[in-house]
Amino acid sequence: MEADSNLQLSRRELLLGGAASVAATGLPTGAHAQAAASAAPSTAKVSFRVNGEDRSLALDTRTTLLDALREHLHLTGPKKGCDHGQCGACTVIVDGRRINSCLSLAVMNEGRSVTTIEGLGKPGALHPMQAAFVKHDGYQCGYCTPGQICSAVAMLGEIQAGIPSHASGDLTVAPQATVVEFRERMSGNICRCGAYSNIVDAVSEVAGRKA
Amino acid sequence: MKPFTYERARSPAEAAAAASRTQGAKFIAGGTNLLDLMKLEIEQPTHLVDVNGLALDKIEPTPEGGLRVGALVRNTDLASDMRVRRDYGVLSRALLAGASGQLRNAATTAGNLLQRTRCPYFYDTNQPCNKRQPGSGCSAMAGFSRQHAVVGTSDACIATHPSDMAVAMRALDATVETVAPSGTARRIPIADFHRLPGNTPHIETTLQPGELITAVTLPRPVGGTHIYHKVRDRASYAFALVSVAAIVQRDGSGRVALGGVAHKPWRVEAAEAQLRRGAPAVAAQLLDGAKPTPQNEFKLPLVERTLGAVLTQAKA
Repeated sequence: MEADSNLQLSRRELLLGGAASVAATGLPTGAHAQAAASAAPSTAKVSFRVNGEDRSLALDTRTTLLDALREHLHLTGPKKGCDHGQCGACTVIVDGRRINSCLSLAVMNEGRSVTTIEGLGKPGALHPMQAAFVKHDGYQCGYCTPGQICSAVAMLGEIQAGIPSHASGDLTVAPQATVVEFRERMSGNICRCGAYSNIVDAVSEVAGRKA
Repeated sequence: MKPFTYERARSPAEAAAAASRTQGAKFIAGGTNLLDLMKLEIEQPTHLVDVNGLALDKIEPTPEGGLRVGALVRNTDLASDMRVRRDYGVLSRALLAGASGQLRNAATTAGNLLQRTRCPYFYDTNQPCNKRQPGSGCSAMAGFSRQHAVVGTSDACIATHPSDMAVAMRALDATVETVAPSGTARRIPIADFHRLPGNTPHIETTLQPGELITAVTLPRPVGGTHIYHKVRDRASYAFALVSVAAIVQRDGSGRVALGGVAHKPWRVEAAEAQLRRGAPAVAAQLLDGAKPTPQNEFKLPLVERTLGAVLTQAKA
């Protein structure tokens, strides 16, 4: 087994192992193998609901929720933009709350319920927000769109739940569904094509206001 | 990202014990800062103790008439709590001025306090940085320092603390509650929680290895007008150049704390005695001993003007 795990070491780990063996001159070879093995990938199990379906995975602990969705469950709606929580392209809804799936480890989501763009609606049965984005041309290249739509759906829910924002005037009253509120609350979703004004129109229509 | 082992903790004491058992272990809650830094290999934990399952997500009244905020209360939930909005408005405002909706939904109260600096040289692993690699030098001092600290700096580090929430908590005289691996609980006044850089900028708080934050308590409400004024390069989703957390009473007395200017939330209680004399007098005392760089000396007048705007707003 030790020989097998050595065969799977990456070049980087071999280099690290080499450095360790310089420091540990005189140790038996078994000790070298063990030192290298301590930096080996570790796996853990996670079970969660994704778009209404129970899923169980055994994953390298380093796998983000985004990578679990895209690479393991083949839900490629959530996009990898910056992979650092700055662009919002990876936005999904977990237990009703929008989050950046790139900044959450998959194993941290045990027992939670995840909704991606695929779970909101499908061709022929679009979610009202998806239909509004199409109607108002709320995108150009489309890369940020799944994140924008997941974010917008959850964002309207946040206003409905009375969660205030930086744009809210009086903190002690319920926030209103206004364009100023939408713009502030959607600032975590970047659109480099600059479709913002049409996105605001789409969100406004779903919120039941005249755009 | 470097490989790490992972476990889910079942109690705060067990979590602290687990973290102290393994060399290089860290707690993970929201993950919004830690995972970002792990991807860049700036943080390289060997073991993660997931504390999300601990029941530390409640906001409860204290016998003293204040609030006890669990370590895992998400930023969104803290900002939205009607008691916080009514009695600790400066805290709600500070939280809502920070990050994005997605990040506030994941980020926790304790994690927000433990945020690491956004100094670009701390983030660039090709550059010397005393905070990331002690003794390697500071790239910011002769580099791009527009965002950096102007007070409380040292020859080793001019990084700022990025949190908005912590600035409001400093003005509110909050207390950080922790549990040590031995199971011993302690209370740390927020004024003593964050450290100045000195010669050890890599040691950012007074937490001991394995010590876990369990809650932050807010004293009884002090009334007054609560204002958080954040000045930044864009209207939303940016770190502060300068921010002012203020609680101003009808008689003109009050408290102020600054963000974006130091390695920790910056408050000088003596400066508050000058509040009735106006912003220039307060700013002069708050910024006494400031050592700005040519690129960030604009922060000194910016503090005074932001304070002036805040005091005008408080009177209105």
